[in-house]
Amino acid sequence: MNLGSLCRRIAMALFVAACAAGPVVAFAVDDPSEMLPDPKQEARAEAIGAQLRCLVCQNESIEDSSAGLARDLRKVVREHVASGESNRQVIDWMVARYGNFIRLSPPVTAATLLLWGMPVLALLIGLAAAFLVFRRRPQVAPLSDAERVRLDELTRGS
Amino acid sequence: MSDELASRPSADERRAVTRRRLMMGLPLAGAGVCGIAFWKMLAGMQSGSFNPHDINAPVTGRPVPVFTLADQTPGTGFSAEDLRALSKPVLINFFASWCIPCIAEMQALLSLQKRLPIWGVAYKDKPENAAGLLKHAGNPYARIGSDREGRVAIDWGVSGVPESFLIAPGGTIVWHSAAGLDGDEVMAGLDNVLKRIGA
Repeated sequence: MNLGSLCRRIAMALFVAACAAGPVVAFAVDDPSEMLPDPKQEARAEAIGAQLRCLVCQNESIEDSSAGLARDLRKVVREHVASGESNRQVIDWMVARYGNFIRLSPPVTAATLLLWGMPVLALLIGLAAAFLVFRRRPQVAPLSDAERVRLDELTRGS
Repeated sequence: MSDELASRPSADERRAVTRRRLMMGLPLAGAGVCGIAFWKMLAGMQSGSFNPHDINAPVTGRPVPVFTLADQTPGTGFSAEDLRALSKPVLINFFASWCIPCIAEMQALLSLQKRLPIWGVAYKDKPENAAGLLKHAGNPYARIGSDREGRVAIDWGVSGVPESFLIAPGGTIVWHSAAGLDGDEVMAGLDNVLKRIGA
């Protein structure tokens, strides 16, 4: 094996390793000291934070954002998790202060019914349209004797 | 006679034409409705009556959260009890010296404090910096508390300074603005609420 191919192999291995590690690196808090010492609790806090909208960036979760408010909210989430609260309780605490807007996945309410029902609704509309189109397809008259003879000739020819 | 019969469209043909027209009209009607909706939305965004980025603070209509704020020079801090004990409305204004829109609204606050008392909260600010701003730009606040860690602001549902809350006598939050108080629409909203609660 020459040196060039060895270099290429090493570069490839590094690239694969970087790709594998990428999401982990991107999904991390700014400062390791923010993290809870208990890995189980930290994982729960991260899962809760991933469902909460950063109110500054608005399209990022507080786990992904490096805004000051997001950092404060991460800290609050970790305090609540460490004190033994359930995921539900932590999210309710946030909703009481910032409204449902803070939830990246909105709850089913009268206002979001159309949003949540759309996949089922679209499927039903599609099925209904398909049913109507296929039912209206014109009936094809059976071949006459002359046509059948002609068809036989043509297919025999091939 | 037979010619006349042939030229007249049959019921089936007429139905087909109606259906074709409907199929052509429906997308046009749909596009029209969408167009009107977009136009209304954009007009609302321009006039300020609709803001997609506005975070509707759910604290409006609720009693003030429990909190205590330390003194911020040149004022004295305050707590939820102080707000509950009020017999006149007061405006709570979260500000910071590092926040440009806050500095921009100071002039409006200075003229507003002639109508109703404004209590300030220095949000995540070094006390000396907040004091420096008020010395430089003028101090519109009757009382000033310091929220160094920004934790009190979270209980109020503050997402970014400046933010203001109108507190009715008895300590109920009756109005909220996530925008600076130097805009005409915002001031009109505040005027309406002040009239409603009789102040």
